[in-house]
Amino acid sequence: MGRIWKLGDNINTDVIIPGRYNVTTDRAQLAKYCLCEILPEFAQQVRQGDIIMAGHNFGCGSSREHAPAAIQASGVKAVIARSFARIFYRNAINIGLPVLICEEAVLNSEDGQEAEVDLEQGLITNLTTGQRFQAQPLPPFIARIVEAGGIIEYIRREGTLR
Amino acid sequence: MGTLAEEIFSYKLGRPVNAGEIVIVDVDHVMSHDTTSPLAIQAFRKLTGEGGGRVFDSARAHIVFDHIVPAATVAAATLQRDIRVFAREQGIQILQEGICHQVMPERGFVAPGEIIVGADSHTCTYGALGAFATGMGSTDIGVAYATGRSWFRVPETINVRLTGQLQPGVYVKDVTLELVRRIGVDGANYRALEYSGPLVESLSISERFTLCNMAIEMGAKTGLVAPDATTEAWLRGRVNRSYPMLQPQNPRYERVVEVDVSDLSPLIACPPDVNNVVPVEQVEHIQIDQVFLGTCTNGRLDDLAIAASILRGHTIHPNTRMVVIPASREVYLEALRLGYIETFIQAGASVGTPGCGPCIGRHFGVLGPGERALTTMNRNFTGRMGDPTAEIYLGSPATVAATAITGHITDPRQFLA
Repeated sequence: MGRIWKLGDNINTDVIIPGRYNVTTDRAQLAKYCLCEILPEFAQQVRQGDIIMAGHNFGCGSSREHAPAAIQASGVKAVIARSFARIFYRNAINIGLPVLICEEAVLNSEDGQEAEVDLEQGLITNLTTGQRFQAQPLPPFIARIVEAGGIIEYIRREGTLR
Repeated sequence: MGTLAEEIFSYKLGRPVNAGEIVIVDVDHVMSHDTTSPLAIQAFRKLTGEGGGRVFDSARAHIVFDHIVPAATVAAATLQRDIRVFAREQGIQILQEGICHQVMPERGFVAPGEIIVGADSHTCTYGALGAFATGMGSTDIGVAYATGRSWFRVPETINVRLTGQLQPGVYVKDVTLELVRRIGVDGANYRALEYSGPLVESLSISERFTLCNMAIEMGAKTGLVAPDATTEAWLRGRVNRSYPMLQPQNPRYERVVEVDVSDLSPLIACPPDVNNVVPVEQVEHIQIDQVFLGTCTNGRLDDLAIAASILRGHTIHPNTRMVVIPASREVYLEALRLGYIETFIQAGASVGTPGCGPCIGRHFGVLGPGERALTTMNRNFTGRMGDPTAEIYLGSPATVAATAITGHITDPRQFLA
């Protein structure tokens, strides 16, 4: 269970992790500046298990994988959005950051409320209101990558990309 | 039978494929740059085991240094040193001669019908040559370096049909901004944009690059132009292998967006999203601290030529500064030979080493708090060029040059006598 951080539409990867702070592969460094352009308090206040809820087109713009890596390193358990930009979505799945598409959860939750996510079932519970929401199921191929914990783990398990 | 994207995947797989299918294909070229290579190398090593793995083909794996060249900080220099170690170990040539999206086609690493993946969102630019090219993250690229393969969901296609004639002072950059305004920043999410129509047929390859470059600004997986005689002429001397001139065959498009460009005027995208597009007249009062001419969108020879023709004999307004960065060494040398660079320097511009420059806010012209820039870039996102309170406006090379002279956003048509 964690706090909901509610964001708007078109949150781009430049504001998730600005170009001036992503000249590193150190994930703790990335977490330090995560979302700093729009939520300067986020890096300080985010706790393990918190949840980001966003509008449409979350993660648009640059292909920088530093963006989902920064969110993951900051302890966020899952990003739930009305829709995702495709490169971010793919990157998140590849590195094992849970991403769920659920219009109703986003529309019926407020910043600062508490929520819980059952990743296996795709079930989102807003603990403040008691409402429960079902996220969109993943296509089978993508579900297998998620289940393996990322694309690298998937390929190692399968022996090849297939 | 299909859209150009479907035709390319069908050709690669040797069987007909349709939009919506998830396919795994051998890719022709794989690219990463100085910012995205470190995480790609991490993924590569994780997959292949420390020290043991080889890239699928060192001649088709490309690393371009362009985002911070020459290295501006110890952090950047350290990452670049580590990438060089990897490249040497793998026999990969590091290219440090311009922006990846200019250098890849110039060096002949892009041909019609090929599939190219790059760890940069603007990899979609290469669709201008009829290749299926798309941006991915570092882990996908690390996987492609190791296996020579990648997975794709074959995209649905939106056909963008461009007709009419551009008025003097209006350029393809203005057309792309109009398309982002109409389609929206996620209106083409997961889809391919296939550009066609009489206007597209008349465009140079450089102009087609500008068009396809900004497909990602609408969320698209790629932008595509079917190859034609213009494409073949541009590739001559660059690509020596044979390639298929694939064309759409009775395509079924998800929708068609038709734009007659005849009535367009110069456009400006206002911060902080690319779809905040207005005619230049509406924002002419805005004072500009810095203009920037360059990037993978508009740093090519024709872009520099337009700007130089406006700036010739003028000096940059004392309250404004100008940064010019040619997209590649090839462009730079030709611009020198033609006198454009001399024009820029005499006008008072700072001319930089080919690369991305201040477009990602790390060096050579970053913005301070509250400053405003007008640039030929493709993104105006908060904080992209430096301080998060700085504002970025986007326009064509002509609008940027006119603005450099006056110090406020200016309609370039008043300088085109």
